[in-house]
Amino acid sequence: MSGLGPLLQRGNMLVCCGSGGVGKTTIAASLAVAGARAGLRACVVTIDPARRLADALGLETLPNVAHRVPLDLSDGLPSGELWALMLDPKSTFDALVERYAESPDQAQRILDNRLYRNISGALSGTQEYMAAEKLYELAEEGRFDLLVVDTPPSRNALDFLEAPARLTRFLDNRLFRLVVAPARSYLKAVSMAAQAFVRTVAKVVGAEVVDDAVAFFQAFEGMEEGFRDRAERVDRLLGGDGTAFVLVASARKDTVAEAIYFTDRLVEMGKSPQALVANRLHPRFGRDGSESLTDLAASDRARADSLGEDTPLGALYANLAEFRQVAEREDEVLATLVEKVSPAPVCRVPYLEGDVSDLQSLERVAQILTA
Amino acid sequence: MSAAAFLRQARVVIVIGKGGVGKTTVSAALARAASLAGIDSLVVEIEGKGGLASAFEYPGELDYRETVLHPGDASKGEGEVRGRTLRADEALVEYLEEHAMGRLSKRLLSAGAVDVVATAVPGIKDILVLGKVKQLEREHPAELIILDAPASGHAISFLAGAGSLLDAVRAGPIRAQAQDVVDLLTDPNRSQVLIVTLAEEMPVNEAAEVAAAVEDQVGAHLGPVVVNAVYPKRESLPRDTPAAALAEQNSIHLRPGEAEALDAAAKSRHGRNELQERHLRRLRELLPLPQVELPFLFTASIGGRELDRLAVSMAAALEALD
Repeated sequence: MSGLGPLLQRGNMLVCCGSGGVGKTTIAASLAVAGARAGLRACVVTIDPARRLADALGLETLPNVAHRVPLDLSDGLPSGELWALMLDPKSTFDALVERYAESPDQAQRILDNRLYRNISGALSGTQEYMAAEKLYELAEEGRFDLLVVDTPPSRNALDFLEAPARLTRFLDNRLFRLVVAPARSYLKAVSMAAQAFVRTVAKVVGAEVVDDAVAFFQAFEGMEEGFRDRAERVDRLLGGDGTAFVLVASARKDTVAEAIYFTDRLVEMGKSPQALVANRLHPRFGRDGSESLTDLAASDRARADSLGEDTPLGALYANLAEFRQVAEREDEVLATLVEKVSPAPVCRVPYLEGDVSDLQSLERVAQILTA
Repeated sequence: MSAAAFLRQARVVIVIGKGGVGKTTVSAALARAASLAGIDSLVVEIEGKGGLASAFEYPGELDYRETVLHPGDASKGEGEVRGRTLRADEALVEYLEEHAMGRLSKRLLSAGAVDVVATAVPGIKDILVLGKVKQLEREHPAELIILDAPASGHAISFLAGAGSLLDAVRAGPIRAQAQDVVDLLTDPNRSQVLIVTLAEEMPVNEAAEVAAAVEDQVGAHLGPVVVNAVYPKRESLPRDTPAAALAEQNSIHLRPGEAEALDAAAKSRHGRNELQERHLRRLRELLPLPQVELPFLFTASIGGRELDRLAVSMAAALEALD
């Protein structure tokens, strides 16, 4: 097995990242299928409001727990297991609060707080953090050989990496802690500024909003340590050797630009992408490699012009020229990214006729990924 | 209807759609179509990643200042296209600053107060962004404002936030702001929503769901649905006659493998055309809105020339509407 095959190892965690619409969910699910086909107990974790994985796996709903997906074993090949988990950020967060609260009473006060109830939906980075948290839990449990996660459809793929720090910062919020904390003399000036700020905020958005926030940070008092510690461990897991980042991009300038930016940031963190999946490419027809796509497209075009596009043979040439032209442009758009991720393997997944919405097509993609 | 008449129906056009369907391309093409029809426009990117600038071959990145993306050829009566970004965080900071925070705010904002406010009042950022759009509409009455909105998962909460806030907050400046936004979104003479989709399974499903949500939860007026990247048909492309036979008729000598490549490419083209046709039909059944189709361009990226082609297609499709 080659391609992305070497990544399918016991104990690995694959994080699929890329901009919205490139097919991350499909690739993540297919990697899990490939893992199962390699004899592993593989679980794909997804957090997607459109429930695309549920669609792809032909499931109506998936709870916040891992769910076994039956694989067709009629080909008689040995197989591991395929599992899928649809993440519910809210209940994942609730479970964390319950775990780190000093008493059930403290947990309840937090869970009932209005600001807290908004966090999962409104604080950016929370969904990403909860995905990472769930991965951490699953990795700790050790039930699965291979975890594959489809990162949330965030505005920026980096949110996933920055989420633990961001949430810790939020919970550590200095401003509101100053308001909450008994004023110490050396902090008095800052504290007064904070009070003034809070009063202004209250004027703009309403006093009850500020009361909720103050009550939240009061209730949270004492739990920051536990949360910070947990976030650090989650961070270490994401930065660890068993975690491999799989970039997913389509051959479009904008998704490639984002993948390049993401790669740069990974490198800054001392990591690098372990693979690039160039998804939904146009097929390359009958190319033996001796001639460039540019030359082929040009000669097809010349043939089409001399025969006339409205003749059957001319139309055949014109059509082939168009496919070769788009293939050439795709290669051009991908070139910088391919070079950037080198020596990581690059897997080119063609656009498949029909939609990838059932297990059979996931298996096809799995084969391409490991071919 | 002429393209100009369509583009003058509402001053604000909000372009929404699932990630990857080409919202930004469609926003750019619409702006260029307006320009060709002699209408000035301002394209506002909410969470853009540079696609707008590159579609107009503008060197550099857009920011919150308005920039001319296309001057338009005045001798042909063309309008100008300008662009800017409008980020939620910026809108919130600007709003808090305007509300008498002065120099104090900068430090506190960096201390994370913005996150706390945004979490405590879900949707506040969206309301402020749309409030800013309303302000732009007032400042530029003669122009078309095109809003390149967040991907559709976020788009509904983005557009519906103001309405929910009205239910939750009884008084204060934020309520007034929310009311203004609701007024803008529910007045068909001021705004309309264009859904962009692809002729594929999930984008079609999502377009139908989003359309229902836009009408029920936002109360906004839906314009035609824009189906992007439709493979143009080649009428003369043979379906059953193999390339080898045609070559023989034409006394053309094919290189090894050439016949197979020609046949496979033709099969692929027909396959795509049929698949898309099926999804276009399904879209018509699920979503009784006029459809505007934009052609797939075999270029993998959109620059000035491609944009002009799309703008011409867009104008022609708009003219074909009732």
